[in-house]
Amino acid sequence: MADYDPILSVRNLRTEFSGGRGDVRVLDDVSFDVGRGKIIGLVGESGSGKSMTALSLMGLVPKPQGRVNAGSILLDGTEISKLDAAGMRRIRGRDIAMVFQEPMTSLNPVRRVWEQVGEPLAIHKGLGRSAIRKRVLEMFEMVGIPEPQTRLDAYPHQLSGGLRQRAMIAMGLICEPKLLIADEPTTALDVTTQAQILRLMRDLRDRVGTSIILITHDLGIIAEMCDEVNVMYAGQMVEQANVFDLFENPSHPYTRGLLASIPRATEARVARRMPSIPGMVPNLAKLPPGCRFAPRCRDAMPTCQRPPDLETVGTGHVARCWLHAGQTALQSEATR
Amino acid sequence: MLMFALRRILVSIPVLIGITLILFIMLNVVPGDPIALMMKEHGSPEVIERVRAQMHLDDPLITRYLRFLWDALHGDLGTSIKLNRPVTDLILKAFPNTLMLAVCAALVSWLIGIPIGILSAVRRDTFLDRFCMGFSLLGVSMPIFWSALLLQYVFAMKLKLLPVSGFYGWRYMVLPALVLGWSSAGVISRLTRSSLLEVMRLDYIRTARAKGLGEAGVITRHALKNALIPVVTIMAIQVAGLLSGAVITEAIFSIPGVGRITVNAISSRDMPLLQGAVLFATVLVILGNLVADILYSVLDPRIRAQMKKEA
Amino acid sequence: MTDMSDIAAPEALEEASFLRDTLRTFSRNRMAMIGLIFVVTLVLAAAFAPWISPHDPYRVALDEQLLPASTTYWLGTDNFGRDVLTRILYGARISLVVGIVPSLISLAIGTVLGILSGYLGGRTDFVVMRLADMMIAFPSLLLAMVVMYTLGANLLNIFFALALVGWASVARVVRAQTLALREKEFIEAARANGTSRSRIMFGHIFPNVIPTLIVLFSLSIPEAIMWESSLSFLGVGVQPPEASWGLLVAKGKEYMFQAPAVAIAPGVAILLTVMAFNFIGDGLRDALDPSMKD
Repeated sequence: MADYDPILSVRNLRTEFSGGRGDVRVLDDVSFDVGRGKIIGLVGESGSGKSMTALSLMGLVPKPQGRVNAGSILLDGTEISKLDAAGMRRIRGRDIAMVFQEPMTSLNPVRRVWEQVGEPLAIHKGLGRSAIRKRVLEMFEMVGIPEPQTRLDAYPHQLSGGLRQRAMIAMGLICEPKLLIADEPTTALDVTTQAQILRLMRDLRDRVGTSIILITHDLGIIAEMCDEVNVMYAGQMVEQANVFDLFENPSHPYTRGLLASIPRATEARVARRMPSIPGMVPNLAKLPPGCRFAPRCRDAMPTCQRPPDLETVGTGHVARCWLHAGQTALQSEATR
Repeated sequence: MLMFALRRILVSIPVLIGITLILFIMLNVVPGDPIALMMKEHGSPEVIERVRAQMHLDDPLITRYLRFLWDALHGDLGTSIKLNRPVTDLILKAFPNTLMLAVCAALVSWLIGIPIGILSAVRRDTFLDRFCMGFSLLGVSMPIFWSALLLQYVFAMKLKLLPVSGFYGWRYMVLPALVLGWSSAGVISRLTRSSLLEVMRLDYIRTARAKGLGEAGVITRHALKNALIPVVTIMAIQVAGLLSGAVITEAIFSIPGVGRITVNAISSRDMPLLQGAVLFATVLVILGNLVADILYSVLDPRIRAQMKKEA
Repeated sequence: MTDMSDIAAPEALEEASFLRDTLRTFSRNRMAMIGLIFVVTLVLAAAFAPWISPHDPYRVALDEQLLPASTTYWLGTDNFGRDVLTRILYGARISLVVGIVPSLISLAIGTVLGILSGYLGGRTDFVVMRLADMMIAFPSLLLAMVVMYTLGANLLNIFFALALVGWASVARVVRAQTLALREKEFIEAARANGTSRSRIMFGHIFPNVIPTLIVLFSLSIPEAIMWESSLSFLGVGVQPPEASWGLLVAKGKEYMFQAPAVAIAPGVAILLTVMAFNFIGDGLRDALDPSMKD
């Protein structure tokens, strides 16, 4: 652990939104690391805070209602959470890039694709048009866009969803960032295209060595792609483990619920939204006093009225659940 | 693109025919005999009867309408009763003045409206935003004839910087263009603001931010072009508003344009002239709408592609 | 049928709270409240003008022409020696009536045609929408002028001219809303129950269009006031000795140099009234139908 040197290290991140009825904490004490050349998964239902984590890292939390209020974000050893707007702009697109969920709407419809994909080069490297065009062409080849030469001058609506997402990935990687955040990059795509895009991202990681944060609600994708997994629920980390531990020994009831709801191949079309956990993600403005998952948890017990901490389950495996603090706590109470 | 334009023109033909019909019926059921009015006391009943026959005024309405339509297609809008000259000549002579006024006014409205709209959207919900929008509302709420009088009073009568009225050079155009442009600047700025705000919520704006663009870059490179597309098309539709406004502006500033012809035609009960002038204005509005549609497709590659598919 | 009452009760509750929410949102909008207070004051002042003003708006006093503002004549007198403020107060009667009546007419026509057009579709829709296209292609002021030319300049014909100008845009908005409502579940359900078409259109769709209509109404009043004042200014609207604000400006402009207030003051009245109605309209829109915003 001593020479462990992550590319990104997030500690105690807290992001809040002020609304009509007081402040809402959308991220509460979020900590995790991204190892160099690793693919890290952020998983959870919608509303769990995974996208907000990405926006907090990017400094793109919607202003003026939202702001990052506490915590530290070390990117390659440099603290970036205290940077001002201009400093953050220099990081965005150059050191951290992001691929969004909707390739259909994430590209500007009235500008040619190559201008948009190459724009980070103009912003961060000050390259001229012909140099940018050349580089975009290389990137198009790298991300496997067929007939790249003719696609350069296309408008977004002339490309299929899969090609647009490839273009988005090319845009993200064009400045060779230290970290790529992919927020549900395949959710809007059909199943075959989904597999191609995922394979592309893994290949790029292997070839270029980019570290990737992959945000998804789909544990199938996590199993296929990730090295480490962070499970989020209601703005908190509830379980963190490497991918093998997580699938072999899921320790938080929420994770178990998620795993139980992975659709089998035959059900893939009907069951994509994890129906097997009853209830809904709680309103962040009206959280239960103790464990946030307790109202939906099959294993809930009286202790769950108090907020649990992250407890160590195994090596590098933690879970925020009384079940695992349980034994020691109960034993100490019994001996008293 | 050509196909699209052609189709749009074809679609506007029934609208145009309908309008001429409505116009013709409205103007030709007017009580009072235009010929008797024209001849006043000079004409004996026999003379009036002869002239009526010459002008086919005793034919059925539909025959007269078809004849009017046929003549209009050949550029003949009849003869002014009062001025005894071809209506087409009178209108074509006046039109350049109206055109110049409209173009200058449009420029004024864009130069005031677009920057205010952008400023307002960028500084949304601040004091500046409210100030700009209040300013715009002021523009929309001022009657043209009143702001014209006000400017005449201040700049021409009191400060003597500009001529009060008439039309003998560009200095005569300043106040009318300001008055008319100001009246539609409010609409332009409100539209620019809401359009820009809408675009700023879209996903690709977030993408642009994620690339490291600053707020100014996001707006100029990504938001503005999209946001201004509806504004540009409104500009072409603006023709109708500018023409209505030109009637009043020309009347107040004594500019010999189509608008003043219309007002004069009404006060002298010169039916052919009024009919010609209104028809002319309507054709202009339809042309404006046509230009708006085509402009829209030129500016937005998505619409362009869709058109290609349809054509 | 017991379950029906169960369903009806929450609905009625919802309606009441909708109204309450609307009123609350509206009353929180400062500009809208200022506008409302202004309009209410104006309406009262116009209605009780004879009791408020000590002057006769029609009395000619040639020895008191174009007097400057004084304690007797707060805004001075016009070229016939009549009190300008009193003339404005009486002018408000005409301007307000001309703002409201044609708006109501065009709203009624536009609503009926819009719902028919949107719900029935087909040939009805085609005819109505082409008619609306034509009306919108006419420059409004010219159309109104032609009507006034044909029918003669009087108040009734102003109503007619302005209604003719206004109905088309109402019909377009209502049609669009009807098209959207037609696909809603509760309309589908009504259709499935065998409810008649006219009952669906005017019993089910119409109530849902009302919020939009209220907003359209409040925004079309200032527009009608503007058009009327323009027509009167050009001499084809209200005729003397009656006086709407537009006509007052037109008559006063001859004396701009000696007594600018005679022309300027009625214009200020138009400006303030139009702004007040616009504020009310914006407030109503925000309160009733946020989707219509901008």
